[in-house]
Amino acid sequence: MSNSSTQQSGTGTKHTAGAYDVRTVISALIGVFGIVLVVMGLINNSGEEIEKAGGVNANLWTGIGMVVFAVLVALWTWLRPVTVDPSTIEHADDVTRANH
Amino acid sequence: MVLAADDTLRLDAQFVDYALVAVYFAVVLLIGFAARRRVSDSLDFFLSGRSLPAWVTGLAFVSANLGAVEIIGMAANGAQYGLPTMHYYWIGAVPAMLFLGVVMMPFYYGSKARSVPEFMRRRFGTGAHLVNAISFAVAQVLIAGVNLYLLASVVNSLLGWPLWLALILAAIIVLSYITLGGLSAAIYNEVLQFFVIVAALLPLTLVGLHKVGGWDGLKDKLVASPASSVGEQASSWPGTNLTGFDSPFWSVVGIVLGLGFVLSFGYWTTNFVEVQRAMASKNISAARSAPIIASFPKMFIPFIVVVPGMIAGVLVGSISEGKASGASVDYNNAILELIRDTLPNGLLGVALAGLLAAFMAGMAANISAFNTVFSYDIWQQYVKKDRPDGYYLNVGRWATVGATVVAIFTALLASGYNNLMDYLQTLFGFFNAPLFATFILGMFWKRMTATAGWAGLVSGTLGAVLVAILSEDALGSLSTGALPLSGQGASFVAAGAAFVVDIVVSVAVTMVTQPKPVEQLVGLVYSETPKADLRDPDAHKLHWYQSPTKLAGISLVLVIVLNILFR
Repeated sequence: MSNSSTQQSGTGTKHTAGAYDVRTVISALIGVFGIVLVVMGLINNSGEEIEKAGGVNANLWTGIGMVVFAVLVALWTWLRPVTVDPSTIEHADDVTRANH
Repeated sequence: MVLAADDTLRLDAQFVDYALVAVYFAVVLLIGFAARRRVSDSLDFFLSGRSLPAWVTGLAFVSANLGAVEIIGMAANGAQYGLPTMHYYWIGAVPAMLFLGVVMMPFYYGSKARSVPEFMRRRFGTGAHLVNAISFAVAQVLIAGVNLYLLASVVNSLLGWPLWLALILAAIIVLSYITLGGLSAAIYNEVLQFFVIVAALLPLTLVGLHKVGGWDGLKDKLVASPASSVGEQASSWPGTNLTGFDSPFWSVVGIVLGLGFVLSFGYWTTNFVEVQRAMASKNISAARSAPIIASFPKMFIPFIVVVPGMIAGVLVGSISEGKASGASVDYNNAILELIRDTLPNGLLGVALAGLLAAFMAGMAANISAFNTVFSYDIWQQYVKKDRPDGYYLNVGRWATVGATVVAIFTALLASGYNNLMDYLQTLFGFFNAPLFATFILGMFWKRMTATAGWAGLVSGTLGAVLVAILSEDALGSLSTGALPLSGQGASFVAAGAAFVVDIVVSVAVTMVTQPKPVEQLVGLVYSETPKADLRDPDAHKLHWYQSPTKLAGISLVLVIVLNILFR
């Protein structure tokens, strides 16, 4: 991801969320899954696999769908980055403790 | 019978499927690890939940609930009862979520109560607090057992191990997940889980529909199948097969009042694990928006959960034949069997990753909720006070291990049910319905006394247990059959009984005991809470699509349209 400002900026200043933006993780995971499915759909499309899904290459089409989704989420992350203001951060543990 | 069905279900997973599952867990555990090491304040930002974009809070809210039991249980319900299962979403969830967002959330936000046991302690004192903490802990261990059983049945269908061995392996998996920090990245897990589950279930539904000849083909097969003599499967109202009531009128009453009011309002408005996350938002409007935004995905989730179950009901041989012949069928496997019959290797891995993630995260959340209530609300309050923090952390570790071991046994209890939803709804009736009654009464009626608090809870639960024992099958072999109630109708009646008994006892006890002074009730009772605490001063700056009440209105209209379209 291009916005790697996370690493350089010191604490206390506003910056973009970078690699830890939850959308980056979504897009990476779904993208990898999608690519694996597209490859599976292209190389492992024996009659039996297609038959199972009622004549549709389910891996291929789902894979394409997932890759498109991943690209859209990545674009969204890139065009509209989330700004992190460290002064508003409550640490995760405190929240977990307060949860109950 | 359960074991016999398990023997036949084998998922033919290959290297690629296991690899996809491994990738998923690697990502989740890496984020968990990074969160524990505090490597980046961006990570802290997302995990703290503060100032999160509304869509993230909304998705996390719905995903925390789209766990294991929901996918397997609702698919099982769809396979057994068909379209009436939709009521669990359009009657039994969305209205309560909107009520939570519009009415309850401002009160929670304005009050200083941060958990249900804490609210009970400050509103009613120790009696109600102890009763609530114990019943909450018991409920968590029982529900953890359901999650563990489901996790084990996936392990069983992959590896073919016997149930008890699969249970122990599943328990070890969950313990290592908790130990390796899986729970510390909860927000990431929930949002990721949502997308992975949709990525698996959406193609499953589309391919399944393709195989049965589309929606019309599915409806035709449901109407034509001999099973429809059991009840109407292809239309949602009056749902006599779901409730088990002979009279359509009482069936509708049971669904609307038992499921739609007591069970679902009880579940959603007292579910502080989810409420708390929404309350971490930056202002009242954002907190109110979380359940309201979540109601939109929630109302469409049944199309990828219940519909595959219905497809399995006509497509999977063992289920459709069992339904036709009236034999005992294990519906819990419906979605796994459809996955086996439909998804090619690759997609199978995505489905496994989604399901395993949901079961594991669900059980880990139950265990950790148990752990917190046990260490801080029970052990610290009533057993050993004033020890250093490290002491209670240690108690918590042992509680985690203990609860996991106990969950192996409650999982065996759960394995006795052909349809886990029957079991779960019974549990919700025992625990959530009385809690909701006491909560709502204590919130709006300032005279209600401390004694009434715990007496209402105890008698409400006893009332529900009594109904379950008198019913035909709500408690398995413990039920006597004195009342002609079966299936989920029995749990709706039990929940209704719990609610009514709780209210009656609370009112009666209040009449003869001394109320708390009014000045101690600020922030705990609606009429004593300053109105300014319930409003968002910046509400006028929001766009229409950010306004909670307007969104709630749109959601309500949509859910009514869905009810009419699929009536």
